[in-house]
Amino acid sequence: MKFYFMHLMPYADLDLSYDEKHNSAWVTLPNSYYDPKKGHLLYNRYLDELEYADQLGFDGICVNEHHQNAYGLQPIPGVTAGALSRRTKTCKIAVLGRALPLLNNPLTVAEEYAMLDNITGGRLIAGFVRGIGAEYHAWGVNPATSHDRFHEAHDLILQAWTEPGPTVYEGKHYHFQYVNTWPRPFQQPHPPIWIPSQGSSETIEWAADPRRRYTYLQTFTPVATLARYMKMYKATAEGFGYEATEDQLGWSVPLYVAETDEIAYREAKPHIEAFLNKFLRMPREMLLPPGYTSIKSMMGVMKAKASLSGGHTIDSVLEKGMFICGSPTTVCEKLEEYQSEIGFGHLLTLMQFGTLPAELTRKNLEIYAKEVIPYFREKAPSARARAAART
Amino acid sequence: MSVAESIETIAGCATRIMRGGSGAPLVFLHGAGGAPTWLPFMQTLSKRFDVIVPEHPGFGGSETPDWLDNVGDLACFYLDLIDRFGLEGVNLVGQSLGGWIAAELAVRNDSKLKTLTLCAAAGIHVKGVPRTDTFMLSPEEGTRILVRDQSIADKMLDVPESDERTMTLLKNRLTTAKLAWQPRFYNPDLAKWLHRISVPTLILWGAEDKVVPQAYGAAYQALVPGSKLKIFAECGHLSQVEKPDEFVEAVTSFIREASR
Repeated sequence: MKFYFMHLMPYADLDLSYDEKHNSAWVTLPNSYYDPKKGHLLYNRYLDELEYADQLGFDGICVNEHHQNAYGLQPIPGVTAGALSRRTKTCKIAVLGRALPLLNNPLTVAEEYAMLDNITGGRLIAGFVRGIGAEYHAWGVNPATSHDRFHEAHDLILQAWTEPGPTVYEGKHYHFQYVNTWPRPFQQPHPPIWIPSQGSSETIEWAADPRRRYTYLQTFTPVATLARYMKMYKATAEGFGYEATEDQLGWSVPLYVAETDEIAYREAKPHIEAFLNKFLRMPREMLLPPGYTSIKSMMGVMKAKASLSGGHTIDSVLEKGMFICGSPTTVCEKLEEYQSEIGFGHLLTLMQFGTLPAELTRKNLEIYAKEVIPYFREKAPSARARAAART
Repeated sequence: MSVAESIETIAGCATRIMRGGSGAPLVFLHGAGGAPTWLPFMQTLSKRFDVIVPEHPGFGGSETPDWLDNVGDLACFYLDLIDRFGLEGVNLVGQSLGGWIAAELAVRNDSKLKTLTLCAAAGIHVKGVPRTDTFMLSPEEGTRILVRDQSIADKMLDVPESDERTMTLLKNRLTTAKLAWQPRFYNPDLAKWLHRISVPTLILWGAEDKVVPQAYGAAYQALVPGSKLKIFAECGHLSQVEKPDEFVEAVTSFIREASR
């Protein structure tokens, strides 16, 4: 299993009483709530945290993309990835954007990713996403064509990376007379591609296709849901006639580890609850614009009357396995249990969430790097030996 | 007088059509909410007209064809429908999204039209006059904003929930987004060509329309040569529902005068 530190870069200085006047931290929350002086400090603090993870021996660090919100301040993740590409030396850098359907010219992503891959000498992991529903409000892009544009943009980028240019691209949404991207990617034929998703059988079917075999990354869902989708990926791969490797399965989850269970719970509680109830807050119409999900899945949502409108507690997310929190022993046990049952090969932990301050974030990273990661790295060879002995 | 319901395949799309009454043809193009039922104003109009109410491709009981991308596609579809039914001297009435389709149709070819009525029509943009972003509204908020008289909204909302109803709601909302998400409910090119409309045109608007404000009515009136603007007092976006008698009277007398 490989270990990554994922950062959303929230506006942690957000006035949390905003929700007395506004129904969301996204799209319509006035940006007068943002103070650039505080933002300057936050950006640099967060970049320091990501660089620190490289020094601590994480396998990778991950940046993220969201637009017009206080939840994550990386509308253009290539900027943060670019800043990190020179200051980090060994870790992978995963860009878990880019929201392809938002773009009128997806070749910008082919170019941006190729630049990052060249600068880092092949440390880039290329994420392709559709963005969450709110993005379609924020960027004025039609959600009804989101799936189509995603697939076309993906095909276009892969064409740019893998077919000697210049070539022509003729799609419904995108047309290019000259596809001839300079630079070409450092990694050949192209950087590893990861597909983050909140869970979708269509996405799994597409990612698991033997022509792609992309890493499917399940983001912020109950562990039971994670297990279901990971199983679905493996079954889908089997249906295609091959066995999916752990490298094709990833999980992204908030995590907080401290000296004891009690300390971890007490320190994490206000910050994970702010993350859930304040930073993620939005009405259903903002989260799920028409066409973002199929009518079939929307039927389920309408019945569940789902929205991300708060009322979550640390206990509710701990119970569902949407948050991992405790002493190193507790965290290792949980992760070992989930990993052995579910078999994911990439673990992306969100170790700063909501209002979690700098000193607690650092402590979280340090304890994780010293006591959790080594536990798995040390047991890995023996696990491999056991597996080898069985065959 | 009874209404007949049928499915006709036009431009490869199985289309649900309600038709009732006799007289000169009157085609009503519905708004974003669809046209699931034969409403009282349709019934009243059918005493004088051959009232034809199709559900747009992508809405309610009609199929969603692969070719459906924008409002221009629906304008051409309805030109096909007029030809297919062999209609002449059509009185075309469009409400909201349907008004936008009607205007796009008339700009392309109004040779089969006798009159055009645009009621609270989308399709153009008036700078500095914001519309409500209906895509941000919940189903209940989206219903309440349509009418001034909230007792009408209460009745519209007081229907038992069913899978079929939810499915239709989602289907209509999806097609509306496809047609009108960006730019919101207008085509930047339409205003440039509204001067081509050569048939008598009536613009109807509720004085208290919160979805497409009254200023849009004045803008349409200024853009369509010789058109008349009539404002219904104490009325929201759905004047045909909120003020059905005044609506029918306005449409009927306008068509009568235009026929002289």
